[in-house]
Amino acid sequence: MFFSQEHELVRELARDFAKKILEPTAQEMDEKEDFPMDIYNEMGRLGFFGIKIPKEYGGLGLDTRSYACVMEELSRKNVCAGVLVSAANSLGTAPILLVGTEEQKQKYLPPIAGGKSFMAFGLTEPNAGSDAGSMTASAVPDGDSYILNGRKTFITGAPIADWITVFAKTSPEKGSKGITCFFVDMKQQGVSIGKQEEKMGQRAIPACDVLLEDVRVPKSEILGDIDKGFVTAMKTLSVGRIGVACQALGVSENAMDLAIPYMKERKQFGKTLSKFQGLQFLLAELETKLNAAKLLIYNAAYEMDAGRDVTKAASMAKYYATETCLEIVSGALQMFGGYGYSKEYPIERLYRDARVMTIYEGTTQVQQMVIAGQLLK
Amino acid sequence: MNILVCIKQVPDTTEIKIDPVTNTLIRAGVPSIVNTFDAFALESALRIKDADPGVSVTVVTMGPAQASVALNTCLGAGADNAYLVSDRAFGGSDTLATSYILSNAIRAIEEKQAQKFDLILCGKQAIDGDTAQVGPEIAEQLDYPQITYATELTAEKGKLRVKRETEDGYEIREAALPAVVTVTKTAYDLRFPTIRRLLDAYAAETAVLTAEDFPVDRERAGLGGSPTKVRKTFVPERNKTGMKIEEATGALSAIKLAAQLSADGIL
Amino acid sequence: MTPKHENLWVFIEVLNGSPKSVSLELLGPGRLLADAACEKLVAVIVSDDVSAAAKEAAAYGADQVIAVEAPEYGDYSTEAYTHAICTLAEKYRPSTILIGATSTGRDMGPRVACRLRTGLTADCTALDRDTETGDVLWTRPAFGGNLMATICCPDHRPQIGTVRPGVFKKGDRHDGNTAEIIREDIRFPKEKIRARLIERIADLDNDTVDLETAEFIVSGGRGLGGPENFALVRDLAKALGGEVGSSRAAVDAGWISHAHQVGQTGKTVGPRVYIACGISGAIQHLAGMSGSDTIIAINKNPDAAIFEVADYGIIGDLCEVLPALTAEVRKLKA
Repeated sequence: MFFSQEHELVRELARDFAKKILEPTAQEMDEKEDFPMDIYNEMGRLGFFGIKIPKEYGGLGLDTRSYACVMEELSRKNVCAGVLVSAANSLGTAPILLVGTEEQKQKYLPPIAGGKSFMAFGLTEPNAGSDAGSMTASAVPDGDSYILNGRKTFITGAPIADWITVFAKTSPEKGSKGITCFFVDMKQQGVSIGKQEEKMGQRAIPACDVLLEDVRVPKSEILGDIDKGFVTAMKTLSVGRIGVACQALGVSENAMDLAIPYMKERKQFGKTLSKFQGLQFLLAELETKLNAAKLLIYNAAYEMDAGRDVTKAASMAKYYATETCLEIVSGALQMFGGYGYSKEYPIERLYRDARVMTIYEGTTQVQQMVIAGQLLK
Repeated sequence: MNILVCIKQVPDTTEIKIDPVTNTLIRAGVPSIVNTFDAFALESALRIKDADPGVSVTVVTMGPAQASVALNTCLGAGADNAYLVSDRAFGGSDTLATSYILSNAIRAIEEKQAQKFDLILCGKQAIDGDTAQVGPEIAEQLDYPQITYATELTAEKGKLRVKRETEDGYEIREAALPAVVTVTKTAYDLRFPTIRRLLDAYAAETAVLTAEDFPVDRERAGLGGSPTKVRKTFVPERNKTGMKIEEATGALSAIKLAAQLSADGIL
Repeated sequence: MTPKHENLWVFIEVLNGSPKSVSLELLGPGRLLADAACEKLVAVIVSDDVSAAAKEAAAYGADQVIAVEAPEYGDYSTEAYTHAICTLAEKYRPSTILIGATSTGRDMGPRVACRLRTGLTADCTALDRDTETGDVLWTRPAFGGNLMATICCPDHRPQIGTVRPGVFKKGDRHDGNTAEIIREDIRFPKEKIRARLIERIADLDNDTVDLETAEFIVSGGRGLGGPENFALVRDLAKALGGEVGSSRAAVDAGWISHAHQVGQTGKTVGPRVYIACGISGAIQHLAGMSGSDTIIAINKNPDAAIFEVADYGIIGDLCEVLPALTAEVRKLKA
């Protein structure tokens, strides 16, 4: 009902890739905290990083549903792959597509779409997450340039990034209305990265602080209008919500894929777990919630492709899919009993991978604020 | 160089289950794939093309209309052209009839492309029929040399060099081109199609060759042109009710088994 | 059926002067089929040195030997061999040709059948005869062993089949037997051979693993958990005086070489006792070992398909069962 034959083709390809390449490597990536470059490059060759980027900028120019299919299927075997795909299709490029000049689009989009370059997203600071207005990074004009100073934190992909979009205050007195976005080359003088974050989950994805010390950025590298950066950031996050929801959906499906065969096989008190009604009830509840989340996501993607405003729909999808994901990985782990707590079983990794999803790209509480705001405006 | 890869769309036989009640194959829901060995053959061809972009890779299959899905997979992976040989008159062909039809289709494609194929690759066998006959029979119909069970191949300057798997080890064989090679499991899997190529292939119309499009003696095609007939098929008997041992520990189970084997005169 | 076609041929494949085991195996069912049709059992040999093979063929029951001997037949080549066999078949018009389903047999079989424009049934695991029509009923696995099909070739002769090695046991050898030997001078100029052998690379492991004739085989699969646990399998095999086999999963995982693989894409075996350790029993594996006299399965999953073909099964942990079983076997043998 939501998908065409083309969508199914794209989904099938992503599923096949995930099964053959991502599933066998997921555990090792987690242990080694490394996403191998050959797999990353192969994802680039297949086109995963440019799904939503228009054809004229080296992408595939496909719709949100195609993107959702890929995100769901990749995340179903390794959510880290999903995170990388959303980094390219969403956080890395959405600001450029929203407000970039033609020159900026020509320069930055093709290498990102092909997986040749990585663009990090520099919004979060130690004291400013969703409350971007209280950020302290500054950009001061100096001739043809701006001088940037500040610290960005939890920056996904920073160690592998070629560039970063940095949000910094150009008019500190104006709060969130005084923020401007800049392209910063990671190799530029004054740019350094902190030590890699020791994360609970999604450990194959590097994240760390990015330090800016008197970084000189030419005015041509301003993205969008001066003092309009906050709107760009918020719109970018809004676009990204469906992607995070899809990550959660994939992880939830993975958890169910693991739990169901285990229930049929594991025997306690002389019968398989699948024979215990209490566990059947739990399983049924998880499956129902998973499907409710799925419908919210597919619907939001469909509405977005139809050109409608999906602010509320995307927030509901992100909120519900990520929260139920925590319930599903927890419930699935419960089926495994003590084994679920062991690193020998992949459900343990899923439990850790899932946890951040109700937090990043807008916490559950921020989604609730958005939903309520839409209702009460 | 001009390479042809012959492929077949097959049910993924590793996904086939047996209905325990009727003791028949459950075919519903079994995905259709490009035959595993044909995929190795295509990848071998694409690797030759990687090394020399001037190489052209054409794919041909014989089958019903839905086999175009398998051709799209091949185009998505990097094949340049694809042809579907499809006609009701071809239905029910055994290997001899199939190789007859395909070899005539190959001649027709060569005429269309105004260029002969230097190298024809096939999978060593289809995983549904498991006969391993169509490749050598195409070679015979075309009067080309053949090398079967290839695990590696190179084709340079009109000369083909193949590492061939046998039950005693390996052989290196060489042949002059044109030639037919059947490919077994190679060290590499078929690359994934790119999304763009896959969607382009889906959007484009499949080139179909019917019995009207090339000369084919209908007496030699289809069920009527097939010397072998399937008398019956059946699912092999299973479900022995053997003795099952599950003692408190593995060691106790082992002792019980050894005693039983000894008592039954097996050890 | 044209009355002119008569006699059952068995193609005797020769490697380094000796006949391949499967060729001699086929003289057994060949004898039964030939007798049922009141035909002669003919061994057909193409080689640069036919003498040993001719003697062996006679010892295993051939009535007649047709031999083509020339230097160009020293190494198997599709073209020279096909030419020799087809020339003979056109002259002598056999009713049936049995060929071992080796890499040579399966390379040559389709080429010969196609040139003679007749039917071929590949990789058969059972042979029978339709008493009314006289057609051979060729039974073979398809769909990766999930399905068996019985094929016949009613209107074309010769009817040809390749038969999987290890399916038939070699018959008794009678050294006193003699066969009429017909020599045919059929040449195929070496320079006309377009696809030729350059070199042979022996699989060293292959020489030391003899699964096809082993009395006991202990096979390991993915359930072993890792290559190190193959030591437990080896110990038991050694105690039994048998060979080590494996499932495809264990070979694909790189735990053991392909020479040990039993199943559809490995060897077909028929030992007295086959012990499957940590092998789930995929249909492709069963296709290679279900002809064993006694099958023993050891697996921790009680629902594993292997138990469906097993005469004895232990549900338990291999690391506990195997050492204990090895110790018991040693005691019994002592």
